[in-house]
Parts: sequence; structure tokens; C-alpha cells
Amino acid sequence: MNKTVNQKAWFLVLPVIILVAFNAIIPLMTVVNYSLQETFGDNTFFWSGVRWYEDILHSPRFWASLGRQLFFTFTILFIEVPLGVAIALTMPKKGPWVSVCLVLMSLPLLIPWNVVGAMWNIFALPDIGLLGNWLNAVGFDFNFTRQTGDAWFTLITMDVWHWTSLVVLLAYAGLVSIPDAYYQAALIDGASKWKIFRFIQLPKMKRVLTIAILLRFMDSFNIYTEPKVLTGGGPGNATTLLSIDLDKIALGQFDLGPAGAMSLIYFLIILLTSWIFYTLMMRNEEQ
Amino acid sequence: MRISKWLVPSLYILFLMLPIYWLVSMSFKTTNEILRGFSLFPQEFTLENYAKIFSDPTWYWGYLNSLAYVSMNTVLSVAVALPAAYAFSRYRFLGDKHLFFWLLTNRMAPAAVFALPFLQLYSSIGLFDTYLAVALAHTLFNVPLAVWILEGFMSGVPKELDETAYVDGHSFPSFFFKIFLPTIAAGIGVANFFCFMFSWVELLLAKTLTSVAAKPIAAVMTRTSSTSGYELGLLAAAGSLTIIPGAIVIWFVRNYIAKGFALGRV
Amino acid sequence: MAKITLNDLRHSYMADPKVPADYALKKLDVEWRDGGAYALLGPSGCGKTTLLNIISGLLIPSHGQVLFGDRDVTKLPTDERNIAQVFQFPVVYDTMSVYDNLAFPLRNRGVSEDQVDKRVRIIAEMTDLTGMLKQRASGLSADGKQKISLGRGLVREDVNVIMFDEPLTVIDPHLKWLLRSKLKELHQRLGTTMIYVTHDQTEALTFADQVVVMKDGEVVQIGTPVELFEKPRHTFVGHFIGSPGMNIMPCNVKGGEVAVGGTAISVDNASALSGKSGAFELGVRPEFTTFAKSGLPVQISKVTDTGRSRIVDARHDGRSIKLLVEEGQLIPDGSAFLAFDKAHAQVYADGWLVE
Repeated sequence: MNKTVNQKAWFLVLPVIILVAFNAIIPLMTVVNYSLQETFGDNTFFWSGVRWYEDILHSPRFWASLGRQLFFTFTILFIEVPLGVAIALTMPKKGPWVSVCLVLMSLPLLIPWNVVGAMWNIFALPDIGLLGNWLNAVGFDFNFTRQTGDAWFTLITMDVWHWTSLVVLLAYAGLVSIPDAYYQAALIDGASKWKIFRFIQLPKMKRVLTIAILLRFMDSFNIYTEPKVLTGGGPGNATTLLSIDLDKIALGQFDLGPAGAMSLIYFLIILLTSWIFYTLMMRNEEQ
Repeated sequence: MRISKWLVPSLYILFLMLPIYWLVSMSFKTTNEILRGFSLFPQEFTLENYAKIFSDPTWYWGYLNSLAYVSMNTVLSVAVALPAAYAFSRYRFLGDKHLFFWLLTNRMAPAAVFALPFLQLYSSIGLFDTYLAVALAHTLFNVPLAVWILEGFMSGVPKELDETAYVDGHSFPSFFFKIFLPTIAAGIGVANFFCFMFSWVELLLAKTLTSVAAKPIAAVMTRTSSTSGYELGLLAAAGSLTIIPGAIVIWFVRNYIAKGFALGRV
Repeated sequence: MAKITLNDLRHSYMADPKVPADYALKKLDVEWRDGGAYALLGPSGCGKTTLLNIISGLLIPSHGQVLFGDRDVTKLPTDERNIAQVFQFPVVYDTMSVYDNLAFPLRNRGVSEDQVDKRVRIIAEMTDLTGMLKQRASGLSADGKQKISLGRGLVREDVNVIMFDEPLTVIDPHLKWLLRSKLKELHQRLGTTMIYVTHDQTEALTFADQVVVMKDGEVVQIGTPVELFEKPRHTFVGHFIGSPGMNIMPCNVKGGEVAVGGTAISVDNASALSGKSGAFELGVRPEFTTFAKSGLPVQISKVTDTGRSRIVDARHDGRSIKLLVEEGQLIPDGSAFLAFDKAHAQVYADGWLVE
């Protein structure tokens, strides 16, 4: 589309900016403030500069949490994105089943996150939960509250269960918007199913997949409620992902300084990664 | 060939339904039965968990409160997103691309540490424990999403439509409300759905900014589990009920979603 | 390359069609000789896209046969029919270069790379794409992309027929003419059968040797552009072709004499009229209508200046009759008389030419 240059468009965007900035900037400044100060919990603050940042970057606890987080995020991305695309490819494009499929697949997305965590907790309990019981019945020694591997398995399966549908919905949206003529042309050109996927479907889904990947990346990096309710970060701190760790530091220990600094570091990591990814993906979009 | 096409979505849906089934079946059991051992179906079918919820104001107000602020947020988010999305779709202006990306960055910060500043902020303007507080707070992540979704749909509508309308004598508001919005109705449906979804499921800010009057159902549930031990049956019933509003919403917008996906470039 | 025959072709999208209205395509018997340039002309919904899809194999007709040469291809899948199709909007593989786009159909069929290279370069030269071979296909303008679509159809040497489904729809008006000429040039150079589907009469009449005019799933007339213009066999053809279209007015036929509202008119097909019945109409093109000292009395209603000539809208008995008047000629004021060129005045019964 040929967009016209019009600076008055700022007026149309103003309500959004005010609303979002109000919620974003003031709390952000508060957190930045915390990160640069020290408190002994009695509401007196002392300037400490970049001390917290230095502390954190040298702290093994930070790197351990970051490591766990990266492992989690990349694992679920590698599972959810291809799986979501694959399912979207097999969904019917037209007909009465489309609505049914969409509604059923969207259900996990609509459940409050604490309920998701609780649901999977109950589901995976070793003796009285459906999954736990069956796994143990077929011979696995499954106990996610005690064993690290099992905890990770449950955590990842829960996230896949919870969020793959988002990828499915977005990928489906992209697929459905491809005009029939492309498939007809491919037929005439003698293209195989794989080539159709590679040269028509995948490129046409690029925009929606970018949104899907970005959303999953950001949300999984910041995930808090579901794992908190599912495992509480345990056993031990095996599944203590970054937000849970932050929570322990900020509200548990009331170390607002380090917590503030940590959250800003994480924020910057996500920001940088997203920006790079976004720029790479959108590079060819300007037409 | 036919069968294998159906296999994948069917298996996936089965996988999705399994934990939900478990939750629902547990809601019809007594907590004793749950803790006693494993049973696929409720042995002693009971409605006492649901009865408790429907009779106790603390419980059912939790649902009503959640519905209240989620509805407010959905309307608000989409309302402010519409003009902004239009601007991004039709115009180029100073800083537009950066602004677009900045919007997305507001989903990037870990919420945990921001809970406290949010609390201070909304208390200071006297909105603590109100629906408005949560509705406003949720716009932080919902408005950017709504703008993204709506911009995608709007870009699919050619500018010629706008120009024709002006030639026909419409003013901008007249064109926008009578012609443009109906054209992207499906996109509005999709945006509404996602805003509802992300607001309904968000727990941390909703809990932080409320205490009694606007307490969301999620907060009521966590309170229960900590004070009187795990009343699993009750929790399961409460959880099952939280699925219903979402299911209703998506049932109503299902046609928009199916159609919207066909029309728009989400 | 082969001649194309459509035998008793009918198609309905419904499972159990009962009345003619249920059929998207009513009975069709057409034969197109090898190497010709044909157009399928008709308004939206006349069945031309259905027909196109049946020929290309994207649709299997509910009744009848399609033959390429002597071969019955009615149920043959698209990729075995050796056809090519250019769609309404450009279909290109965005991630590939122009070169790779053109090479795609050949590579899919296992053609050797040197062969591929040779063919691609020949076709690129024919479609003026040589300079852009290395560019990404997505970066081209609409007409460039349509040329790529066209090229992909031409690159295979075994193509029986190339079909165009309103290919100039998204092209800028000032480029339409260029692309049209290019298509005509390519046809003359290659001699492949080409079928061009459109609702635009200019495109059809300038491209095709023979035009098939369709309405409501039926073939109304097949003929050269000149035949369609001079002797439309249905009032629809008269009205659809030509700008402005043919004048059609009800008339009376008695004893071989034709009269419009009391005025006697001499017509070309008077001898065929004896014994015929039906709703009679007189059809004369504005080009063959002139002012005269006597004839059909009319009131001048409006004069439109089109630059090259003027269109006069005259009224008789509440009906509008148009005529074309050259620059410099006088137009009477108020009332006048119209005369019709006998050789181009015909009587139609129930829409069809009486012969």
C-alpha cells in the first residue's frame, strides 16, 4: 500500500501512547530506581550505582537461572512452532468442522494461568493424577515433585499443551489467506507437496510465524504463574525459571535492588533478541 | 489419505481434552475420594463443590469481578487501538516504525518485579481495588496486540475504499464508522478475542491491584488453597467454571475467527 | 499442441441438478483448431471461469467430454494435460529469483540444467525479462510478475494450450496495452493455442481471431470480431459488443413488412421473416444510424462529446436510440428523423437473429 506522509497521524496514535506509556514508563522508572539503590528494608534508600548489575553478572545464581530459562525457552520453541505449523497444515480450510476445530483448540488458551498450573499439578500427581498414575502403571518411575527430569518433562509438556494452539491459530490464519490460484499454479507447474510447502505456504506464513515466534519467545521467557503453581520452582531449584527466581529475591527476600537490576537485564536480553529477530524477518516486507 | 488428514487434528484435540477432562471429573468428586486413590470416573458423584461456589458470595463474586474488568479492558483496548492501527496502516509519520516496535516491547518485561511499582502507581491515583485499575493495567499488553492485529487486517483493505468514500462526500468519522469498520468486522472480532483471552488469564497484576472489592476469581482460588489446605475438589470445580466464559466467548466469535483468518493478514 | 474439442459439455456445481438454472454451463459444443487465438467473452457469472477450469483440469465436468486432439482428457489431472494458465493476479514464487521462477516447471519435471538454462534464456528474451533474471521475483511490478507467470507457461515446450483468466485485471491502465500487444506478438511467434477469458470486449476483440461470447452458461455466438460486430446473432452480443452497444427496439412484423411504432423500416433479413413468430425486436448499431429527412421520428435528448465523435441520445416512444455523429456534422435541434442502413438492420425474435 502506498502510505501518505501525514504527521497528523500522531493524533490517532496518541490515546494508545498515553495509555501504554502510563503503564510502562512510570513503573519502569521505579524499577530502574530500585536497581540503582540499596535498601535495608526500612524504606531508606542509598545510592549504589551499578553495584547490583555487577553483582548479578558475577553471580552464579543468575547464570544458573538464565541457563535454565534459555533451555526452557528454546526447547518449547523447537517443539511448539513446528508442531503448531504441522497441525495447521492438516486442519480443514472450509466446511462445518472448521469452527469446531478452532473452538476446541482454543480452549487451553482461555484457562487462567493458575488453573493451568493447578490442573497439570493434579494431572501429573504420581498416585492420584491421571497422567502420573498411567505413567507409573506402564513402568516409568514418575514423580515430578521429587525428580528433576520428571519435573522438566511435566513443565514442558504443560507449556506445549497450553500454548501450541496459539501457534496453530496464527499459522492457520496465514495459511487460509493464501489464494487458491497459488495451489492451482503449483499443480500446473508440477510441484511436489514439499515444494508447495517450501515455496508457497512457508513464505506466505512468514508474517504470522514471526508474530507467533516473538510472542512465544517473550511470554515463555517471562513465564511465572504456571510453573510456580506446578512445581514452585522445584524440586529444589531445578525448575526455577527467571521470573520465579526474581520473585524469590524481590518479594521473598525483599531485595528490591538486585531484583530490579535482574529484571532490567532480562528485559534488555529479550529486547535485543526480539529486535534482531524482528528486523531480520521484516527486512523484506517493505514493498 | 483422507483418514490420515483427520488423524492429526483429532489426536491433538484428544491430547488437549485429557487434562480438562481430568479437572472436570475431579470437580464432581469429594476431596476425600481424590486423595484416597486413583479413579478414572467419579465413584461418588457429587455436586457439593459447585454448590459451595454458587452459594458463597466470595466465590461467585470472584467470577463476576473478573468478567467485569476483562470486559472493560477488551472494550477499552480495541477502542483506542482502532485509530492507532488505522494510522499505522494508512500513513507514514515520524518514528512510526520505531513506535510500532516499542508497542511490542511492553510485553517483554518480567512481571514479577513490576507488581510492586504497579501497586504504588494505582494506589497513588486512588484506583486500588477497582475494576478500572486492572482494566487499565492490562492495556499495557493488550493494546499493542490489538494494534498489531487490527493493523494487519486494515492493511488488507485497499486505500481506494477510503478515497471513494471521501469522493462520495463522507467525512472521516462517517467513513470510519459506517464503511470502514464493517469491512474489518472480522478483524475486530479477532482482536476482541485475543484481548479477552489475555486479560482473562492474567493473574499477577489482577491479584496485585485488588484486595476485596474487585478480587478476581484466580485470587479467590489461591486464597483457598493456602489457608485450609488443598481442597482439591473445590479447586477443581472453581477451575472448571473458569473455562466456561472463555468457551462462550470463543463460541460467539468462532465465525469471525474463521472468516477473519480468511480475510485478514493477521 | 492440439486442437481442442468440447463435446456436449455441461456442468453443474450441485449434486442433483434439475432445471437449467442449476447448471453453470449449459450444453456446449465447440471446436478450436490448433494454434488459434481465442477469447471467451462474457459478463461476470456467465460461466467462462468454469469453462476455463474444466479445460485446465481444475474442475471435472458433470457431463460431456474434453478432447485434446483425439485424446479424451476429461478426467485427466492438470499436470498431465500439458496446459499453462495465467491467473487474474500475478502468481509468482516470492522467495525465488526470476530465473528460478522460470526454471521451476522444467526442474520439477527433471529436465537437465543446460536444457533449463537454454529455455529460460529464450523465454526471458521473448518476454523482455532478460535484464531481471537475477532479481527476486517479489520485487517486480505487477506487469513484470504477470510476465513471469506467462513465462512459466511458455517455458515448457510441450504445452497444448495457454489459458489466460482476465490477466490484465491488476495491471495499470497505461501498461495494459503494452502487455496486450506482447501477448499478441508471442502468439504470432510461437503459434501455441491461446484462450483468453475476459469481460472486457476491447481485450477480447483485439487479441482473438475468434471470440466465443457467453451468457448464463451458454454460448451465444462464436465468430471473428468483425462478424460479431457486423452481424450479432443475439441481441445480447449486439448490446455487449460495441461502445455504445446496439440499439434494440421492439417492432411489428406483418406480411414481411417491418414497422417500428408505425414507421416502416427496411431490414436485411426481411425474407427470413415469413412464418416466424415471437417477440420481435429491431437491432441497429449506432454506427449505422443517421439523421434523415424522413424516417423514424425522434426527440433529441442529450448529446455527449467523446472527443472523436459525439453520441446523440434520441428518444422514440420513451425508448433511447443512440447514434454516432462525426465532428463537424450538424445535429438537429428538438425533433428529427432517423434512418437505418438496411444492410446492418436486423430483426430478432426472442433475442435471436431471424434467418
